[in-house]
Amino acid sequence: MSGFASDARIPSRAGVGLKAEHYAEIEAGGFETDGAAWFEIHAENYMGDGGPPHAHLRKIRDQFPISVHGVGLSIGAEVGVDPEHLSRLSKVVANYQPGLFSEHLAWSTHETGFLNDLLPVPYTEAVVQRVSAHIAQVQDAVGRRMLLENPSTYVRFETSTMSELEFLKEVADRSDCGLLLDINNVFVSATNHGYSPEEYLDAFPLKRVGEIHLGGHAEDEDDLGDRLLIDAHDREVADPVWTLYERVLATIGPRPTLIEWDNDVPAWAELDAEARRANRVLDKYRDLAGRGHADAA
Amino acid sequence: MPTQPDTEDGQSAFARALFDPSAEPPTDLAHIGGVVPRKRFNVYRNNVIVSLTESLAAAFPTVRKLVGEEFFRAMAGVYIRAHPPESPVMIHYGSRFPDWVAGFEPAGSVPYLADIARLERARRQAYHAADAVALEAEALSAIRPEHVANVVIDVHPSARVVGSKHPIFSIWRSVNGDETARPTAGHGEDVLVARPDETVEMRSLPVGAATFITSLSSGAALGEAAAAATQDNARFDLAQSIGGLLESRIMTGLRLGPDTLAAAEIT
Repeated sequence: MSGFASDARIPSRAGVGLKAEHYAEIEAGGFETDGAAWFEIHAENYMGDGGPPHAHLRKIRDQFPISVHGVGLSIGAEVGVDPEHLSRLSKVVANYQPGLFSEHLAWSTHETGFLNDLLPVPYTEAVVQRVSAHIAQVQDAVGRRMLLENPSTYVRFETSTMSELEFLKEVADRSDCGLLLDINNVFVSATNHGYSPEEYLDAFPLKRVGEIHLGGHAEDEDDLGDRLLIDAHDREVADPVWTLYERVLATIGPRPTLIEWDNDVPAWAELDAEARRANRVLDKYRDLAGRGHADAA
Repeated sequence: MPTQPDTEDGQSAFARALFDPSAEPPTDLAHIGGVVPRKRFNVYRNNVIVSLTESLAAAFPTVRKLVGEEFFRAMAGVYIRAHPPESPVMIHYGSRFPDWVAGFEPAGSVPYLADIARLERARRQAYHAADAVALEAEALSAIRPEHVANVVIDVHPSARVVGSKHPIFSIWRSVNGDETARPTAGHGEDVLVARPDETVEMRSLPVGAATFITSLSSGAALGEAAAAATQDNARFDLAQSIGGLLESRIMTGLRLGPDTLAAAEIT
């Protein structure tokens, strides 16, 4: 019983990140049916007691499925998961009955406070244990399977003893969580650290993927003048990321796919055009549906 | 599998270096071609300060207009390092900003800046406050005269009073494009901020009304709140203020004593 008119389940179609700038157009409906079919919210934006954010979200949830994406749980934190924040997150999930629920492989909270960025962890056995324990704690509290998102990173740690891929596989196996595959993050991290995004994706545990993220990145230079990509979410998805997306769909068939555009938010039509583009790609691989669908989400 | 202790892997050092632009990056970061990855670490530094600055800019847009973009960003940077967020719920970030601005010397030439920040903080809180349905005017007008002084009014959870010795409401309106606003130096204004429905509304309060509403909010009965307001300013006008309560739609319930009563039981 969701209490909402719309089904909770997220279809294997394109969705977009919900922005306050677009509430009115989304509520009015009537946009192209080959565009966004669902919306993803950042859980923390709906942790106030009431007011317009909740009023709008209730209306939108009545028309569309939504997914809840946490950005502040700090699953990789040495200080542990904040029980108060976990309880706020559980409340958002209970209130809005999302079809999918996800968080990041990152940390953002320390004794000094909340740092409001997704900070990297070293890939070691001790951190595998910590992150797996935190995910188990979160899945228990929220009462849902969680999808863990692969990070975009700008630095590596001397102390790492395994690759990001080995780390993610190990954590997913131990905590039995699903994975959110952010293909822009794969491209950003692979470029920044000089490995092949294709090889990374070919070895990724795709059976666990319950959702895909596509977003835009900015370009900078590192200390040696080499290309450094920044996960900025401030523009269209780049062409090489679309190519990698096709590579993944060719293997596992369509999956719920989110367009992330969080900064320099465009007009609704421009954002929805990205969703339509993702739907066209998804349709190409529609006949593969059923292949590789296993235990995700 | 043997269990290993969860060893400290350097998040304290990472967090310290994030907030100190002169510090070296954490020592456990891999060097790139033999070089310390300063620019790479600076991406995180930049993300933290820029994203928190944008949170403050969204919460205090009028403060930003008053001091200008460059000054605001510099001021925000100092505040963020002194008071990083205590919670991941960024819609609440900046609770200490108004008091901090009051003591921020470089902004001393704008004496009303801290009170404008208080007003904007109240607006942000009102926006996210719990929802409640306002009473219709008849509910109050039908109370029997002998009960009036003892009635306790439930005030809407979004309602807040911001008092100032500066004309903050006029300044706020003027900065935000209201050409009819005429701020008069030295003329203090008390403002009621509330969100009875979807929109945050503000109104300038007559003398004593700030004390009246604040007393009601803290649970004082109507008679008690009126007495406190009159003590605050002898020109307090009870009838006018009750009219203001109705117009601003911030009364959500009426009680006699601890129990909530339907209006019919009081009348």
